[in-house]
Amino acid sequence: MVMKNDLPDDHNWLLRVRGLTKIYGEPCSSTVQLTGPQFNSNICPETEAIVACAEIDFDLYPGEVLGIVGESGSGKSTVVQQLYFDLESSGGEVFFSHFDEGKTNLLEVSNQKKRYIRNHLMGMVYQNPRDGLNFSFSSGGNIAEKLIMAGNFHVGSIRERASTLLERTEVPVARMDNAPKTFSGGMQQRVQISKAIANNPPILFMDEVTTGLDVSVQAKVLDLIRHLQHDLGISMIVVSHDLAVIRMLTDRTMVLKNGRIVESGLTDQILQDPQHAYTQLLVSSLL
Amino acid sequence: MIEQKKFERAYNYAFIDEGTKMEIRRKMLKAVAIPGYQVPYSSPEMPISRGWGTGGLHASLSLIGPKDTFKIIDQGSDASVNACNLRNFVKRMTECKTTFNTSEATIIQTRHRVTEEVLTDKQIIVFQVPQPEILRGVERFEYKTRIMHAEADYAKMWVSLYESYVKFGDIMRGAGYPIKVNGRYLMSPSPIPRWDVPNLSHSNAIQLFSAGREKRIYCVPPHTLIEPLEFEDVKFRVEEFEGIKCAVTDEGEAFMDEIYENESSKKFVINDSNFMDRLKEGTRPNQRLFKNPPRNQ
Repeated sequence: MVMKNDLPDDHNWLLRVRGLTKIYGEPCSSTVQLTGPQFNSNICPETEAIVACAEIDFDLYPGEVLGIVGESGSGKSTVVQQLYFDLESSGGEVFFSHFDEGKTNLLEVSNQKKRYIRNHLMGMVYQNPRDGLNFSFSSGGNIAEKLIMAGNFHVGSIRERASTLLERTEVPVARMDNAPKTFSGGMQQRVQISKAIANNPPILFMDEVTTGLDVSVQAKVLDLIRHLQHDLGISMIVVSHDLAVIRMLTDRTMVLKNGRIVESGLTDQILQDPQHAYTQLLVSSLL
Repeated sequence: MIEQKKFERAYNYAFIDEGTKMEIRRKMLKAVAIPGYQVPYSSPEMPISRGWGTGGLHASLSLIGPKDTFKIIDQGSDASVNACNLRNFVKRMTECKTTFNTSEATIIQTRHRVTEEVLTDKQIIVFQVPQPEILRGVERFEYKTRIMHAEADYAKMWVSLYESYVKFGDIMRGAGYPIKVNGRYLMSPSPIPRWDVPNLSHSNAIQLFSAGREKRIYCVPPHTLIEPLEFEDVKFRVEEFEGIKCAVTDEGEAFMDEIYENESSKKFVINDSNFMDRLKEGTRPNQRLFKNPPRNQ
């Protein structure tokens, strides 16, 4: 099922995704038709290829926060990881208004250009800080890595920028030269956020950022993200299975099941008046 | 004596067979064409163990001819056990001339030093390299370092220099300082001291780097730009020997060995043995000296 955006086509979008697909294994011509929520399966009955996500269409607008919600294995993270080039896509088109005025499909550019887009124009916060941070470097060094990738080779200005970022994310600046492995989970996550926003990217991806943190720390991190979004006007895609996080952070939400979008729209609308049976189940299971 | 002659005839000229020598020379040409790129090569068996100069021998022996003059140094010294044995081996296998004199040599094999004397365009210098992959310290996977080289993604190396500066107030790399060749590939200069790194840039001689154990050859062609990695405000510096004189020749401005006589007293001696000998004879060979930039702060 393909959801149409209710905004007009010529609107000034930031990120446009069309038909994003990721398939593991050897697909046949009808793999995509034979999987999805209506079959309650990701696995092609003919070839046993696994459709992690397919037919993902959405637009993201500047300053907007988009939520992706769904159960484990529904393809939430796969979507974001493809957009950040961590995973190679099997098909689809992604356009980004900050790169070549949105005329080029990002999935088809060279690896060097992908790396440029990743380092200059995107930020990613992973669920596990070990994925986003290099634990053999200090926290300042981790932020320096992102700044160096964008061409800053001045130690003084790197350190200045790193301490501003750490201050903003409420990590004690005195611990800038300590390794992140000596930090608590919440602090590691905040260092990761500092690193992700180091180059002021127009878009930030968040993959289950608060999962695994205790409730009070979760609240602090969410609060921080909300403030950052408010201050910097950064667009975000927030992946979570936690509807409370989605409710708190996002403007619009997509509900994923078996790698397809089953429902999308304004977050309040989706949570108050869910249309699809799966979304109803999801909302009703909220405590 | 007759028995020995027989033994030598059992091997090809310069020990390695002609086909393999041709292969190594082909790989060298490729290395010359892509400065700083590590070219895999066959690394045939040698009568010494890998890691003891096999790479250097492969390069020297596949280039050498009967008219060549061969010099080999080990950390600046012509007389170290390793250098002597390799020199004897090359002499026996090629019947070429050998020398201690840097300016007479046509092929110079070296371990962990560049000669103090400026080389000419008639010379080739071959470095023995233990670890050709400069990124090994920051990335342990070979396939990832190859991707990093392919995409010129050297941020991790920069961060390790940044970390070193933050920890110690200076970039603490005694040997094997990361250098950029011709504005493209990051390369290990082999574990030569920082003192020698500026002398690799725009050298007249071909500089071949060969790692036998790791089976890689790479090259800095003559007159090629070499830039040590440095930040805009934290510059590359060579070792400082200001005001220090050699205990033997009473001369300065050369790379010095620090020799402790006992716990309280030490002396300095020029590391390059041939350079020292020439100073003793009363001539000072041509040198290129790098001036450290002033420290800011």
